Amino acid sequence: MNAHSGLAAQTSGPPDARPTPAVPTEPARRGATLDVERVSHSYGGFRALDDVSLSVKAGEVVALLGPSGCGKTTLLRVIAGFLNHTEGNVRVDGAPVDRVPAGRRGIGIVFQNYALFPHMSVSQNVGYGLAARGRSRRQIKDSVARFLEVVQMSAFARRRPRELSGGQQQRVALARALAIEPGILLLDEPFAALDKNLRLDMQIELKRLQRDLGLTAILVTHDQEEAMSVADRVAVMNKGRIEQLGTPVEVYDRPETLFVNSFIGSSNLLAGTVAATGPTGTTVDLDAGGRLTVAGAGGPAGSRVLVSVRPEQLHIAHAPGEGLFPVTCRLELPVGGNSVLDLQTRDGADVKLVRLRAGAPPLGNGQHYCGLTPDARPAIFPAPAG
Amino acid sequence: MSLTATQGEGARRLPRLSGDWPLIVPMGLLFIGFFCGPLVLLLWVSFHNDQNMEVTGVAMWARFLGDPFYWNVVLDTVMLGVKTVALTVVLGFCTGVIYLSCGPRVRSLMLFAIVLPLLLSVVVRTFAWIVILGNEGLVNWAVMSLGLSAAPLRLLQTELGLVISLAQIELPLMLLPLLSVMARIDPNILDASHALGASRWRTMFRVILPLSVPGLIAGSLLVFASSTAAFISQSVIGGGRLIYMPLVIWQQALVVYDWPFAAVVSIALLVTVLGILTLISALGRLART
Repeated sequence: MNAHSGLAAQTSGPPDARPTPAVPTEPARRGATLDVERVSHSYGGFRALDDVSLSVKAGEVVALLGPSGCGKTTLLRVIAGFLNHTEGNVRVDGAPVDRVPAGRRGIGIVFQNYALFPHMSVSQNVGYGLAARGRSRRQIKDSVARFLEVVQMSAFARRRPRELSGGQQQRVALARALAIEPGILLLDEPFAALDKNLRLDMQIELKRLQRDLGLTAILVTHDQEEAMSVADRVAVMNKGRIEQLGTPVEVYDRPETLFVNSFIGSSNLLAGTVAATGPTGTTVDLDAGGRLTVAGAGGPAGSRVLVSVRPEQLHIAHAPGEGLFPVTCRLELPVGGNSVLDLQTRDGADVKLVRLRAGAPPLGNGQHYCGLTPDARPAIFPAPAG
Repeated sequence: MSLTATQGEGARRLPRLSGDWPLIVPMGLLFIGFFCGPLVLLLWVSFHNDQNMEVTGVAMWARFLGDPFYWNVVLDTVMLGVKTVALTVVLGFCTGVIYLSCGPRVRSLMLFAIVLPLLLSVVVRTFAWIVILGNEGLVNWAVMSLGLSAAPLRLLQTELGLVISLAQIELPLMLLPLLSVMARIDPNILDASHALGASRWRTMFRVILPLSVPGLIAGSLLVFASSTAAFISQSVIGGGRLIYMPLVIWQQALVVYDWPFAAVVSIALLVTVLGILTLISALGRLART
């Protein structure tokens, strides 16, 4: 179970005639796989989790992302073993753990408010799990020292949690979860209580630690930037279901549902009617004017659709043309090196557009035209009823 | 704050009190008139050598402090308080752990059940214990029907019986502060302990118990002060066989009419209880650091 044991086994093998370079083909991994199979959970009549399946590879970081009440925390509590789900199975390294109590699942948890034991010192907090497992005093002392070193908190071993800053408390919470050498680390909104600069530092540090230790990690968050930057894959959840599971780039560039599209990043939704469907995609007549051809199916000709375009995938033209729709500019805001334009189409819809500020003269009040940039990947969804 | 303000103005000599101070006048007068006044009077009465209070002196104090009988009464009174506190701590903590594991609806039912006895007079509750503990009472009926003992156990007029009934009578005073402290324990902390592999017992003694200490201390203060002064329960359950300080005060003041000596015992009780209370809260501060 020791992080170094894998490496030790490789280097202390029988001596070979030829000196072979002691370079492991893969970093020593000790992360466990996690399989959530068709799990449902209801609180009374409310279905908090609805037939959720999720497979996480060893050493992978998956973010559960969604608005509050989407079921992400319920799923985390099911995986942790705090909740007995109504249906389905949870497996760790292939073995079902549904009847295994939380403390024996090989899962470490970092809570949102860290949940450190306020009456214990930092060392006692970190050593708690080992003491509960009946390890010897010596083993506990060594492990505590090692994991405090890992999170760079050795100097604070004797402090009480209330004497630490938020970031320091989080490091202790992390060391406490790591000290039991879990195969899976669960993180419940771990950065929510930190201010913005510290948050980024801690995200980088966590990612590095997770990679060094080869841990599997599940991160619950409502912050999409956090999910994008830390996770290998993102599960976007809504109403107790996983709406889309994919890499951050996939989820951002190719949202599969209207919910994912609206929840991730900012996007403009342009209403329109399908004019024709063909092998290259769907041709849509926008209510704002202009005709676009979009990859993907939106339904048969005549059906109402929404076309989603990211603000950075739009550009401004000063004369009408193919695929352009008329807009008026209401506001122009400089944001760093970019400027954000607040535009209005002729049917009254708001459109946000982001463009490089350098070299672009400010837009006047008159009529302008807006269209997709060549690399734009608009998405198309059937318009919701009503 | 008004002090610095007036100094800044430099106009007035006296610091102006902030506007709400007249509100404490009624309570303050009541306190001075009916608490501080009698206390001073009591102290003055205790320094008289005769029942008619004609000669001042320390004879009564000498009589009290020089007689091992009274020292024993003080010790018995303190031990009665300590034993009652110990029993309510155990009962209260167990109840608290159950309370923590319950949902909001059961919790409010529990709170209702805890507060309910307070609505009954102490006299009624004490007489109920006579029915339970008497020779033909509930406990002895059960013990004898089960054949555990041939003769009825003597529970009334014993310290054991008194401690049991006082523990029940004073339990709400332990539970109310204790439960409010325990309810504030972050449930995530208990989940964290569970997830780190701790058994229920370890969580209970290593996490819940230390975090409940402030509530246990507050409850112990109330239970100790209340049980050492519980004249009615002490006399009714003790039935004159058990002698505690409140009984001595009553005898001296209302039977023997030796007011100076009654005043001495009263002050001794006050000092003893205050001393133990200070000790308990000092222990509490020690436990918290």
